[in-house]
Amino acid sequence: MRNVWIICRKELYSYFVSPVAYLLLTMFGLIFGFFFWNAIAVFVVEGMEMQMRGQSFPMNLNEQIIRPLLQNVSVIGLFFIPMITMRLFAEEKRTGTIELLATSPIRDLEIIVGKWLAALILYSCMLLFTALNFAFLFKYGNPDWKPLVIGYLGLLLQAGALLAIGTFISTLTKNQIIAGAATFGVCLLLWVLEWVGGYETAAWARVLAYLSVITHFESFGRGVIDFKDTVFYITLIFLGLFFTARSMESLRWRS
Amino acid sequence: MIKVKELTKRYARTVAVDQISFEVAKGQIVGFLGPNGAGKTTTMRMLTCFLPPSAGTANVAGFDVLEQPLEVKKRIGYLPETPPIYPEMETTEYLKFVGKLKDLSGADLQKRVDYVCGRCAIADVKTRLLGKLSKGYRQRVGLAQAIIHNPDVLILDEPTAGLDPKQINETRDLIKSLAGDHTIILSTHILPEVEQTCEQVIIINKGKLVATDSVRNLQARARGAESVMVEVAGRNGNLEAPIVQHRLEQVSGVSRAVCKQQVDSRVFFEVESQKGRLVRGDLARAVVEAGWDLNELRPAAMSLEEIFLQLTQSEASAEAEKTPAQESKPEQPKLQESKS
Repeated sequence: MRNVWIICRKELYSYFVSPVAYLLLTMFGLIFGFFFWNAIAVFVVEGMEMQMRGQSFPMNLNEQIIRPLLQNVSVIGLFFIPMITMRLFAEEKRTGTIELLATSPIRDLEIIVGKWLAALILYSCMLLFTALNFAFLFKYGNPDWKPLVIGYLGLLLQAGALLAIGTFISTLTKNQIIAGAATFGVCLLLWVLEWVGGYETAAWARVLAYLSVITHFESFGRGVIDFKDTVFYITLIFLGLFFTARSMESLRWRS
Repeated sequence: MIKVKELTKRYARTVAVDQISFEVAKGQIVGFLGPNGAGKTTTMRMLTCFLPPSAGTANVAGFDVLEQPLEVKKRIGYLPETPPIYPEMETTEYLKFVGKLKDLSGADLQKRVDYVCGRCAIADVKTRLLGKLSKGYRQRVGLAQAIIHNPDVLILDEPTAGLDPKQINETRDLIKSLAGDHTIILSTHILPEVEQTCEQVIIINKGKLVATDSVRNLQARARGAESVMVEVAGRNGNLEAPIVQHRLEQVSGVSRAVCKQQVDSRVFFEVESQKGRLVRGDLARAVVEAGWDLNELRPAAMSLEEIFLQLTQSEASAEAEKTPAQESKPEQPKLQESKS
């Protein structure tokens, strides 16, 4: 455990001492800020229209702002995750520092989990920006906080799964760009897999659609912890980290 | 301290290291010598548990590299060919990170960091970014991280590669000063380095062990009988090599004289004498009394370089001698001349 934390702190140090973390945080903050601003603007306009027509539909912050925005965050995340994971192992392989880690008295799994954890912590920092925006809703409105917390849990699980996949891909190459591009491709594919379910109902199509990381987020977005979806994400995390471990091992046999 | 037995590393198509066996005693400095691509780095990587061997065993400080890699890693300090540094880290930050990886903590860690900074002369760059350091400093930081946990065994892969002559000397002195506390294996393809720093040499070529011995024994072994290089010149024009040869062989104690080369009126001989007989004085007198000039007379103690070439090329030249490849041979004495 101590070793995991040593690696994790070193990775966080590398993220935050270079412009990487700040650039990602800024871009994410800007993009999400824009989404938030738009959602609020639409909400306000709708509210005024309803007032003018004299209707009194119940307006709900949770349903009309928080839920769609959390969905958006999960999609924006797909674009940022490759940028977080691409350097994890590719950079170490390129500069040769992987030899230092691999010849230190520390297990491969500790290295992998430490790096993955650091990536997850950086992603959590990005989520903090969204919390900053949501805080305004609590100041001026009265939304329910429980679905929001569950939504965050879902986001973290989803990101954990994609970060694990990104970590694995990063062990396959020395080139950060290749690692990043491949991870992005896989993330994107895992997102759009759900489309298959739209026109095909055969078993294979349902399996493919089921593999989509986005569909499993819906329950979390609604504020429901679904056992099935939680297991899906956790399985993906384990699978990703397991493949990373195997890949590191094969690195030793091949290189 | 290190026992290697029939260690082998096979890749898909090639055999990088082929059944190497050697032993290193505690506190020794051993030079690991071989041309580029001989399998030095692969062997070192197997000793440091970075690569698993395909066959054979390696035992470091009493632990097997396959069975108990964590125990081996605790007792090994390793400096790869390029120092494994993170350019975005400061020197002390980096050394602390490595120290923690090697199980140091608290006051102990701080003490070791200060100690290695002093030992490796990097105290003046403690707060600099590693990426901004010169090659020499990086190498020393690399050495510092290798000794931070006071390991029993130090494995250094070409520690002086890419340094300027002054830095090379400093690094060599540093390595020499580390012997005694640590058992050191150091790989290099620079031969004088081995002669200067190491007590023992392990020579490998094409993945195979060629020789392992102390530097002195190796020189004696390669030399066999004692021999002297003699260059004789005629005073006025022509000089018949057979005549000179005959004269030289008449000197008492000389077992045979071999004409190496003849250039104009100068002839080069390698004169072998029986062991323990000093023939140089008699040789000089014989040449002068015959009315020739004695241009050069020196003991043919082989430098490690020649031994190395002789050992690593013996296979190649054995094949080459069958085919007419004589053109390159006459060059040899000239090379030796310029060296001395």
